[in-house]
Amino acid sequence: MQAIEIVDIEGIKSARRQLEICNACRYCESYCSVFPAVHEQRSFSDAQIKQLANLCHNCRGCHYACQYSEPHQFNINIPKALAEVRQDSWHEFAKPRMLAKVFHKSPIAVTALVIAAFTLLLWLIQYFNSSTSGEGASNFYTLMSHNAMMAIFLPAFVLPIIAIGMSIRAYWSEIGGQKITLSHLSGAIGSVSSMKNLAAGHGQGCNFEDEDRFSHARRRYHQATMYGFLLCFGATSAGTLLHYLLNLQAPYDLVSIPKILGVSGGILLSVGTAGLASLKWQADRSLSDARVWAGEMAFIALLFVVSSSGLLLYWVGSSAWLGELLAFHLSTVLAFFLLMPYTKMQHGFYRMASLIRDEQRKQTLTANNKN
Amino acid sequence: MTEAEKSYDLVVIGGGNAALCAAITAAEAGASVLILEGAPKSYRGGNSRHTRNFRCMHTQPLEVLTDEYSATEYFADLMKVTKGKTDEKLARLVISSTQECYRWMQQHGVHFQPSLSGTLSLSRTNAFFMGGGKSLVNTYYRTAAKLGVDVLYEAQVTHLELANRRVIAVEFTYQGQQKSLSPISVVVASGGFQADLDWLASAWGPAAKNFLIRGTPYNKGVVLKDLMQSGVATVGDPTQCHAVAIDGRSPKFDGGIVTRLDCVPFSVVVNKNAQRFYNEGEDVWPKRYAIWGRLVAAQPDQVAYAVIDSKSLELFMPSVFPPIQADSIAELAVKMGLNAIALKQTVDEFNSACGDGDFYHNQLDGLATQGLEPVKSNWARPLDTPPFYGYSLRTGVTFTYLGLKVDESAQVQSSQGPIENLWAAGETMAGSILGEGYLAGFGMAIGTVFGRIAGAEAASYASN
Repeated sequence: MQAIEIVDIEGIKSARRQLEICNACRYCESYCSVFPAVHEQRSFSDAQIKQLANLCHNCRGCHYACQYSEPHQFNINIPKALAEVRQDSWHEFAKPRMLAKVFHKSPIAVTALVIAAFTLLLWLIQYFNSSTSGEGASNFYTLMSHNAMMAIFLPAFVLPIIAIGMSIRAYWSEIGGQKITLSHLSGAIGSVSSMKNLAAGHGQGCNFEDEDRFSHARRRYHQATMYGFLLCFGATSAGTLLHYLLNLQAPYDLVSIPKILGVSGGILLSVGTAGLASLKWQADRSLSDARVWAGEMAFIALLFVVSSSGLLLYWVGSSAWLGELLAFHLSTVLAFFLLMPYTKMQHGFYRMASLIRDEQRKQTLTANNKN
Repeated sequence: MTEAEKSYDLVVIGGGNAALCAAITAAEAGASVLILEGAPKSYRGGNSRHTRNFRCMHTQPLEVLTDEYSATEYFADLMKVTKGKTDEKLARLVISSTQECYRWMQQHGVHFQPSLSGTLSLSRTNAFFMGGGKSLVNTYYRTAAKLGVDVLYEAQVTHLELANRRVIAVEFTYQGQQKSLSPISVVVASGGFQADLDWLASAWGPAAKNFLIRGTPYNKGVVLKDLMQSGVATVGDPTQCHAVAIDGRSPKFDGGIVTRLDCVPFSVVVNKNAQRFYNEGEDVWPKRYAIWGRLVAAQPDQVAYAVIDSKSLELFMPSVFPPIQADSIAELAVKMGLNAIALKQTVDEFNSACGDGDFYHNQLDGLATQGLEPVKSNWARPLDTPPFYGYSLRTGVTFTYLGLKVDESAQVQSSQGPIENLWAAGETMAGSILGEGYLAGFGMAIGTVFGRIAGAEAASYASN
């Protein structure tokens, strides 16, 4: 895998050349949010191209419809051009820069190392806990106190969120974002909740795993992943609240909010990520950013391991392997959160920002048309 | 057994819209069908790849189509552009069938989208394909495959062997080998000959070698020429092609829609000697762009240059390439390879001939030059606000008019009577109906209507 070193000026230049041709053609106007935004411009600033890149969901409808794709000499490949600008834009705004650079040099190795280090650390904590207390491994908190977990997890969650917040702030100012209103938000959330941009204007889905055949597979697996993730996140938050507010401690019954959310979320997340990985495997790699294909695949795998190891914990219960499995599962969760500012996970934040920005564009246009 | 050896009820020659409509219709009627497409898969679909809409009559608002577009008005529009060069019976057949075709197209996978931004004037008459013509072609190939239609790509038909007004063999090259098939029925839907520059030059004169071909490089008219040599009847002016002025930097072939350049009415247009040669503001652009192909073709080296200033830059749709930009007319001349003094003089003369008056870019504003030859009768504003912008213009050929003569059942004719098992559809017979001029989305209408007729007739013949 090629490391991403600097902001790739060539990437933006190539995207600009291609978008100017799109703007003279306009056949793809109804596929997604990108093209109406393109057709409103005569020329494209770097910032506008970054915004368009983050609006693109890589559904590939435009590519298979394109009369100018390879082998045509115009060599239009919008999904790839925008994927590269998108990746570069994340790298450009990543904070802190040094960590982003280290991560992008060898993302898979860094992820594996983080998981391994934390697994060892957590296992050692358990080891010393159980040897001092003399109790068996009957539940999580005999292995590791809730407070010890919080001491590790809280900063591992909060610090990356701060880093991402700083990045998105810089991105928002670059793309000329305005004051956000409730209607901007609800429009963007509406797009995300149904993945409208993966459905195409005709609602038949996208062209991903089987050339020009329209299919909802990617849209559905993505939604399983997204909602699964949100449910798991909800489960953890619910557990934390129960612990601190009601003094109810894990493990919870099967019929309890954390477990219902956690198990259903874990299943959705596992199924969704397995599906996404399989689609990504089948899809044409030349329509994406080849530099990060392996890294993106590794990220999907990480999410799968997070969810499936979590489910396995329910399964394993209090067996002899609980300690090791718990250490491993928690380490994958830690790695996921810690590396979030540099992994594919960023796309959710940038996508949301771009969708809100696009809502602002649309609402300004509607207002102008009324006047 | 490979496709090239099986026996088929119907062989369809060509792989664009008309060919696919014929193949799908015939397959649904129970015929076994093989499509021989001359282009590789990535370039399949002929000129249909470059199309974007379908002109459709409708008696009331029809989804993406607003208001109504009556058969009478449709026919009147056709008469206007062709100046009467049409076969009225065939024309009325096409027009009256388009409304039903809209639903047929949807049933076979085509999705329509609202009129594109910048094309609002077509929202009443033309239904746009979502994703354009290539998307439509992709959809039809998927539909055809589901119906069991076989397709061979890079299968170039070289000869149709005729005996007693019947096609007895379809000869073609495939994977470097000469093949021959003897299907019961044959549909020819392999387009015009505009990509054969030698043929164009023999009709037009050597200037045609400098023309750019906006459509597929695969429409060389091989089957058309072969059938002509076999004595099949043709229709349409063999020397004529539909040509427009396009961005001179466009590729030799296949530039398609994006090469369109709508700046002429707001420009000073000069030839390579930096001299004006025609009234740029004679009429609104949709009524004039077709004649500019010929005007440019008549200039030395078949090239012209349109010059505007920054006042006009945003008055027309962007073209494929950004314009050449300079801070002075002289600098622009140098960048475009023109004589700087001559261009400066032409622009100065033009500027001083511009009078006072109000400028309205979207209507005939009567803002004309005074005492200038040739006059610019509308939109004549001096070029005085840098930066200045320039585009080169060349003649872009869209399609040829010469085609096979057919009757209402799409059957191909000869001086001795119809060819018993040969039907034609699409651009290869469109000259019967569109003898001159151009009507947006009408080619796709002819292709869809006659493709379906040809497919139905060919299947019915094969089943008897």
